[in-house]
Amino acid sequence: MAADIRPKRPFRWHIGVFLAPAVLVYTAIMILPLAGTLQLSLFRNIEQHQVFVGLENFRMLFGDPNWSVGFWNALRNNTWFFIIHMLVQNPIGVMLAALLSSPKLRFAAFYRTAIFVPTILSFVIVGFAWKLILSPLWGVAPHLMDLVGLKSLFTPWLGKEQYALTALSLISVWQFVGIPMMLIYAALLSIPEEVIEAAECDGITGLSQFWKIKLPLILPSIGIISILTFVGNFNAFDLIYTAQGALAGPNYSTDILGTFLYRAFFGFQLQVGDPNMGAAIATMMFLIILGGVCVYLFLVQTRLRRYQF
Amino acid sequence: MTTKLLTALLLGTSILGSAGVASAADVTLNIESWRGDDLAIWKDKLIPAFEAKNPGIKVVFAPSAPTEYDAALGAKLAAGSAGDLITCRPFDKSLELFKKGNLADLSALPGMENFSPVAKSAWQTDDGKASFCVPMASVIHGFIYNKDAFDKLGIKVPETRDEFFAALDKIKADGTYIPMAMGTKDLWEAATMGYQNIGPNYWKGEDGRAALIKGDQKLTDKDWVAPYEELAKWKPYLGDGFEAQTYPDSQNLFTLGRAAIYPAGSWEIGLFNTQAQFKMGAFPPPVEKAGDTCYISDHTDIGMGLNAASKNADAAKTFLSWVASPDFATIYANALPGFFSLNSAPVKMEDPLAQEFVSWRGKCKSTIRSTYQILSRGTPNLENETWVESANVINGTDTPEAAAKKLQTGLDSWYKPAK
Repeated sequence: MAADIRPKRPFRWHIGVFLAPAVLVYTAIMILPLAGTLQLSLFRNIEQHQVFVGLENFRMLFGDPNWSVGFWNALRNNTWFFIIHMLVQNPIGVMLAALLSSPKLRFAAFYRTAIFVPTILSFVIVGFAWKLILSPLWGVAPHLMDLVGLKSLFTPWLGKEQYALTALSLISVWQFVGIPMMLIYAALLSIPEEVIEAAECDGITGLSQFWKIKLPLILPSIGIISILTFVGNFNAFDLIYTAQGALAGPNYSTDILGTFLYRAFFGFQLQVGDPNMGAAIATMMFLIILGGVCVYLFLVQTRLRRYQF
Repeated sequence: MTTKLLTALLLGTSILGSAGVASAADVTLNIESWRGDDLAIWKDKLIPAFEAKNPGIKVVFAPSAPTEYDAALGAKLAAGSAGDLITCRPFDKSLELFKKGNLADLSALPGMENFSPVAKSAWQTDDGKASFCVPMASVIHGFIYNKDAFDKLGIKVPETRDEFFAALDKIKADGTYIPMAMGTKDLWEAATMGYQNIGPNYWKGEDGRAALIKGDQKLTDKDWVAPYEELAKWKPYLGDGFEAQTYPDSQNLFTLGRAAIYPAGSWEIGLFNTQAQFKMGAFPPPVEKAGDTCYISDHTDIGMGLNAASKNADAAKTFLSWVASPDFATIYANALPGFFSLNSAPVKMEDPLAQEFVSWRGKCKSTIRSTYQILSRGTPNLENETWVESANVINGTDTPEAAAKKLQTGLDSWYKPAK
C-alpha cells in the first residue's frame, strides 16, 4: 500500500547539473582528442586529401621494416626504461619512506623536502643539468670520480650506445623518486598505532616489523605506484628529448615510444611530419597502456588484500 | 601554448601599432621569418635602406621562434593571417607551400636573373621551371683553425689530405691542443660538418649529387663510401669523451683555444669573432693531390617568397626585386658575416674570415648538401639517417661500408629514380 501512494521520485536534475562541468571539460580535452587520434590513424593523406584506409597504417607500422624496426626498438627501450624504474625507483622510494617514518630520525622534514624537490623541477632543467654534470669536458662527475680515484671508471655515458638509456633512466629515477616516497610515507603514517603496539607486544620489532606488518599494509599503495610508474614511463618523452634530441641518439639507443611518436607525427629536420602514422603509433601507445592498466586492475588489484581498521 | 598565444598577441599589437603610425596611403608589408637573431639588422639597416628608396612602402620584420616557425606559418597561411613576405626554408618545406598555392610563382620577377641555377635550385619545382623564392644567403663548409696554434707548432695550412692528417698528428703529438673539436652527441655535427663538408671532394660536387638523384650512382659506390672512411680516421683526433660532446661544447672548446681545428660552417664566423681571443684562419676541405679540382658545400639556406594571398602583391614584388639586388646583398652579407649572398654580382665584405670562405667560390666548384634535394622526401628520411650513420661511423659502431649500405637500402625502399 505504502508503495502505491508514495509520490513518484522527481527526476534528480542536480546530479546532471553537478556532473556537467567535469563531463564537459573532460570530454572536450580528453575524450574528443583521443577519439580524434583513433580516427586519424585510420586515414591517410593522399594527394592532399584524407582518405579512409582502414588498418593500412597499422599494417605498415608492423609490416614495413622501415617502421617496425623503429617501433620494436622503441618498445624494447621503453620496457627497459620501465624495468629500471621498477627495480630502482620504487624500492628506493619505499626504503626512504620507511626511514623517514622512523620516529628517531631528526630533520625528517628537511630530507623529505630535499628529496621531493627534483620532482617539481622542469624536465628541461633536469636534462640540461645532468648533461652538464656528466659532460666529459666540463662536468663535475669526472672530477669528483678523480678525487676518489675512480677516474678510470668514467665514460661519456650519455654518448655510449650501451649505457645511454640506463643513464637516462637513472636520471629519471633521481628526479621522480620523491613520488613513491611521498605516497608510501603517507601510507605508513596511516597505519594505526594499535597495530604497531600489538606487534610489539608479540615481540615483532625493527626490520621484521617492517617486513611482516608494515609492508603487507602498504601493498595497495605500492600497486598504485607501480601503475603510475607504468603509465608515466610509457608516456615519457621530455627527458629523452631534452637530453638526447628527437633522434634519440646514439644510434637510436635511447629512442622510446614518445620520441618515436614525436618524429613520426611532427617530423624532424627534413623529415616531414606524417600525422596519420603518428596517430597510429599514438594508438598503439594507448593500447599498450590500456592493456597494462587492465592487467593490473583485473589480475593484481582484486587479489590485494585490504585491511579495514 | 601560452607563449604562442602571447607571441601572437604581441605580434598582433606590434602590427596594429605600426599600421596606426603609417599614413593612410602607405602600404605595410609584413615579413615572416624564423631568424629572430636578425631582428636588429632588419630594423636598423635593411628596412631603412629599402624605405629610403621606396617611399610609401613600410616594412615590418616579424620573426617567430625557429622551432615554431614552420607550424606557426602553416597555421597562419591556413587562416589567411600570414604576412606578405615569407622567409623560405630550402627545398621540400617551401616546395610544399608552393604546391599548396601558398607561395606565388616568382620566375618572372625582375632580379631573378642575378642568380645562378645552383642558387635557385633550393626553391624550384623539380623540373626547374618555376622559381618561388628569391635566394638570400648560403653557408659554406670548411675548416676554421687556430692561427696561433698553427704558428706555434710550425704547421702550414694543409691543402691535401696527407698534409691534413700530418698536421693532426703533429698537434696530437705536441699535446697542447685537442687536434679537432667535434662531438657526435648531437649527431648532426658528424653529418653536416663531417660528411657533407669533406664529401663533395670525393663525389665531385654537383656531378655526383645529380648522378645520385638520377640513380646512376649509389651511396654504396666508392665515391660515397670514401668520405665515411676518412671520417672513421678522425676518431683518434677528437677530444676525450667526444661521444658525449655536444655542438655548443665543440664551439666552446675551439673558442677557448683548447682545440686547433674546427670543422665548420661559415655561420660560426659571427659568434667566433666575438668569442675567440686568438687569430683564426680557414681552409677548404683538403683534396687528394695538390692541384686537384676542389669542391665545396655552398649550401643554400635561406630565401624569401611572396604569400600568394597577399593584398599588397605589387609592393611586395618591389621589395623582393630589391632583395634580389646587389644593394641588399652587400648590406646583408656584411651585417651577417658567414651568410653569403647568392647574388652573381661580387659582394665586397669586410670580415677577413668571411672573405677567406667566400674566396673558395672562385677556385672551387660549389655544390649543396647531397641529401637535401628530393632524396629526403620519404621514410626513412635520408638526411636524418645520414646524421645517425655519420655518428655511428665515427663512434666505430658501424663500418663505412655498413653505414653506406644501410643508407642505400633505406633510400631504395621508397625512392625510384626517374629514368
